[in-house]
Parts: sequence; C-alpha cells; structure tokens
Amino acid sequence: MKRTKWFQVRKPLSPASRTLFGILSFVVPLTIWSLVSYVPWIWHPQVLISNPGSVGYLKPGMRANRAVFEQEVETAIANGAAPPEGRPANPVYLPAPHEVATAFYTSFTAAPETRDGVWLHESLWHSIQIIFWGFLISSLIGVPLGILSGAYPAAARMTEPFTEFFRYLPAPAFGALAVAILGIYDGPKIAIIVIGTLFQQILIIANTTRQLDVALVEAALTLGTKRRQMLPRVVIPGVLPNLYRDQRILLGWAWTYLIVAELIGTSTGITWFITQQARYQHFANVYAAIMMIGIIGLGADMALAKLGTRLFPWDRTEATS
Amino acid sequence: MDSRVQRPSYLDQAQAVRERFDRLKARDVILTVRNLGKVFKARNRETVALRDISFTTHRREFLCVVGPSGCGKSTLIRILAGLDEQTSGDVLLEGKPVAGPGRDRGMVFQGYTLFPWLTVKKNVMFGLEVNNDGATDAEAQARQWLDLVGLEKFADAYPYQLSGGMKQRVAIVRALANQPRILLMDEPFGALDAQTRARMQAHLLEIWRKIDITIVFITHDLDEAIFLADRILVLKPHPGEVQELIEVPVPRPRRLDQCTTDDFMATRERLEELIHRGQPDRDDAEGAPEVDHYPALTRLTDVTDNVE
Repeated sequence: MKRTKWFQVRKPLSPASRTLFGILSFVVPLTIWSLVSYVPWIWHPQVLISNPGSVGYLKPGMRANRAVFEQEVETAIANGAAPPEGRPANPVYLPAPHEVATAFYTSFTAAPETRDGVWLHESLWHSIQIIFWGFLISSLIGVPLGILSGAYPAAARMTEPFTEFFRYLPAPAFGALAVAILGIYDGPKIAIIVIGTLFQQILIIANTTRQLDVALVEAALTLGTKRRQMLPRVVIPGVLPNLYRDQRILLGWAWTYLIVAELIGTSTGITWFITQQARYQHFANVYAAIMMIGIIGLGADMALAKLGTRLFPWDRTEATS
Repeated sequence: MDSRVQRPSYLDQAQAVRERFDRLKARDVILTVRNLGKVFKARNRETVALRDISFTTHRREFLCVVGPSGCGKSTLIRILAGLDEQTSGDVLLEGKPVAGPGRDRGMVFQGYTLFPWLTVKKNVMFGLEVNNDGATDAEAQARQWLDLVGLEKFADAYPYQLSGGMKQRVAIVRALANQPRILLMDEPFGALDAQTRARMQAHLLEIWRKIDITIVFITHDLDEAIFLADRILVLKPHPGEVQELIEVPVPRPRRLDQCTTDDFMATRERLEELIHRGQPDRDDAEGAPEVDHYPALTRLTDVTDNVE
C-alpha cells in the first residue's frame, strides 16, 4: 500500500490531491448545511403546520416549537379532537440550500419592494463603486508612502510610529465624524474604507519593500546607479510582484469594511438590500446576497491572480507554492 | 614524519615567469591601497577588521586575496567597491581617491545578484542604461558581451531559467559591459559545484586574456587562487593584516593539469603554511575573539568493528 503524504509536514500534494481537497473545502460545509436542512431528524427544532386541526391558535404555514406542537397533539388526541398536522422544520433564519440557490436568481428578478427601492444589481454596483473609490484613494496614498518607508529608514521613522498607533483605532469609530464632515451619502462610506485600509496598507507595503534583497541594491550601486534612479530602477521593480500580492490581500480587507461603511449615513448598496430582506424575513435572499459578496470577492481575487502571472512572468513565488 | 619532497622554493621563478612579472610591474598602477584600516564599533566593543593594509595592482593584473574566515577579505573588497567606508587609509584608483560605489569598479558577488525582473540581455544593459551613454547601441553591446560568454541564446531568458554557472557568467559580463577599470570579485564561484567551478575558472581566465581588465578576486580556495592569480595577497585574521604578497611562479597560460607541478605544489605549501600558522597562537595572544573550537568526542557507540 502506498503511504499517504497527507500527514507529512510541508510535503507537497500531488495535483490530483490538490484538486480533491480544493473541492472538498466547499463540499464539506455544503454537505453539513444540506444534512441539517434535509434530514428531518437532524436538528429541525420546529414544526411547519400544514393543518391546525382543532387547535385554534395554529395557522397553516406557521412554525411552532416541536415541544409545544407535540403537547397539542397529545391534548387533542386525549380530548378526541382532530390533532394538528405538520412536518419538522428549521427556523426561518436557516433556509435550505435549494431555497438560497433559487434566491440567487429571484432576488435579481424581483422588483424593489418599495417605490424608492433599487434593484439588487443596482445595490451591488453601488457597493462595488464604494469599494473601488475607497481602495483607490487608500492606495494612492498608502502605496507610495509604504514604498518610501520601506526604502528610506528616515521616511519609515517619520510615518511608522504614528501609523502603528492609528491602525488600532477602529475605522467604524470614525463613522459619526465622517458623516459630520462628508455628509450622509457616499463620502463617509468611502472614508471608512480608506481609514480601515490605509494604515495597514502603509505598514504592509513598507514591510514588503524592506524584503528586497540588499545585494540587488548593492549590485545596482556598483553598476553606477545614482540615488534618484534607485527607486524606479531597482526598488519598485524588485518588489512589484509582492506588492501586487499585498494589494490583493488588502482589497479583501477593504471588502470586510464595506458592510460597516454602508450602514453609516443612509444605508445603501448590498447592505441596504440585506437589511431590507431581513426585515421582510426573506432569509434566503439575505444568504444569497452575503454569498454574492463572497463570490465577487473571490472572483476578483482569482482574476487578479491570473493577471499577476501575466504581468510578472519572472515571479517564482507563486510557481513554487 | 617529514614526508615532504624537496621542492624548489615558491620564490624561484622560471625565466619566462620572471620576465612576465617584470612586464607586469612596468605597467601603470591601477589600484593603490595605502594603510587601509577598518574598525567596526558595536556598542562598547570595537573590532578591528582590517589593519594597515597596503598593496598595489597593475593594469591587467590578476590579484587574488586569500585568508581564513574572519580575515576581513570581504570587508576589504567592499571598501574597494565603495559599499563600505574605511576607518583610515586610502584607496586610489589610477591615483584618484575612491568615494562611494561607481561604474569604474565592477563587482561580482558570491550570491546571485542578477535583477530577476529583467531578461539576461536587459541585465547586461543595466549599467549602460543607468549611466545613460549610447543607449542606442546598448543592446548591440549587450549582445556582444553575451556572445563572449556563449549565452547569446539566452538573451531573452529570465535569470531564474539559468543555472548557477550561467548566472555568474551573466553577472560578470554585466559588470564588464560598463567597461570598469577594475573588476572586483567576491568569492564568485563559491556557490557552484566543483565541475562548474573549474570550468568557470578557465572561462574567467579566457575573458581576462581577451579584454583590458584588472581583476581583484577574493577566494578561500587556495587552488583556485593559484590557478587564477598573478599575485596572491595573503591576509591573516583578528585583525586582518597582510601576511605576504606572493608572486605565483606557475607559468601562463594556465592549465588544470599544472596543479601537480612543483611550482604549484610549492606555492600551495607556502599558502597553507601561512594560513594555518598564526591562527591558534594568535587566538591565545589576543585572548578575545571567541574561536570556534571543536571538542574531543567521547565514544557513543559500543559496536566493536571500528570504522577507522
């Protein structure tokens, strides 16, 4: 029998095992969800009433706690009255996979519930724009500052101690302030994303820049590279693939601030959609919307990873992992 | 146990060799190092890395620097390159003091320092481009240099696609493309396997013969030093000082089979004597720098058939 490599520390997997485990990472949680949803004796703490029988307060389509339901059944039988009927059900906040899958489609086709409401695709597009502007503004400041800090110790000492302090301040804490300064529309939302991303960004980019092999800088010096040429000719090209990877991670970070940001001022975007649907107890739609964020985030990251291998053909980090 | 064969001294030079050295010394002085000293200060401790180093090299000379670890040979070459600053003394290149790194001194490092984001050709063009001269024919020049080391086929490859020996060949021509007055090499073949290393040594001599370049080459491999050098500067450690500047009596052109000749063996014996002498008693005298000493081992096995 071939000895398995699965439990050897840092031993690379075969391509087949890689694919297998990759698929399993999604299949396992989905299976657990399906089991809980479709196997009647697993969890299902409630009963969905189909026929109230003789019990007055029960209505068809109502969910009752199982204990209450069973007691009503016993009482009815003991009194010789018609017992209520129903089937085991989960609480309304845990829809089954097929319901969420349907909601993926129907939530796009369903017209807004209120007159001033927006369609789902409009909500999503609004969220994507908030992320885009927040991340762009953060990067325009954070990337140059990070590179400078990584390259020049003087710049690092000038920025990093304060940045270290500021990054511990929770971005949502600036919500009220941002509204006071920037109004109730998109301004404060973008600001929250910038505050949440920028300070981490400066430190991460600076750290990555510091990873550049000093020997490359020295080699460039012995070839006659002047000081002003060092950043554009050696430092930036040298760290670019890693910097790009950092930006991908930071973009994911920006997404995590989205929901908080969109709650500030007037609720907008996908957050508005989620809170609306939750209010109407359309939990399948809520799950679908949350998953859409995940799919957009993962999809964007995978697209950027693909683009990265095109942009940096010399980069070996990805190839060896 | 004096098993040594009686050999001619390493100081005896054949007629042709002596004439070569006379011609060499008649050439211009390229590099002058005068009373060079380097002290590292770490908190309240001072370590003297180099003390009173003086020597000169002539145009088209091949100088090797050898010495045990800790003798400051890397520090020396870094000062020559302008990457470190000396504490005292002068480094003069063609009579002018050296200040900071510059294109007049090319350097090849032990580690691979090709720019990974540039193709082989672009790496060779790097020096020409940053110095902004003849950007029009930089590419043509790069191709010529790659031709010289037989890597023209790899002009558009990235460094990661090359073997270690190929990388160092590119690193050498990258430095040479700038047409420096002197080429500094810091154990450039140290990371290569034995075969590649031998081929690179022969190849380097080939390059050196064909162009007007003075080479200062650091190594800890004595055979490598004798095989390559006109003269060998022997340093001793703690602090780094010049022990002797040996004129290698082995005639040129050099061939690998010369390593069994009397000249070669005599030079090698002398080098070993210089390098192994002075180390232990030096430590006692100095008392300080913790030397790595290997303990006598106790026997840890009870099998009876001894391996030796």
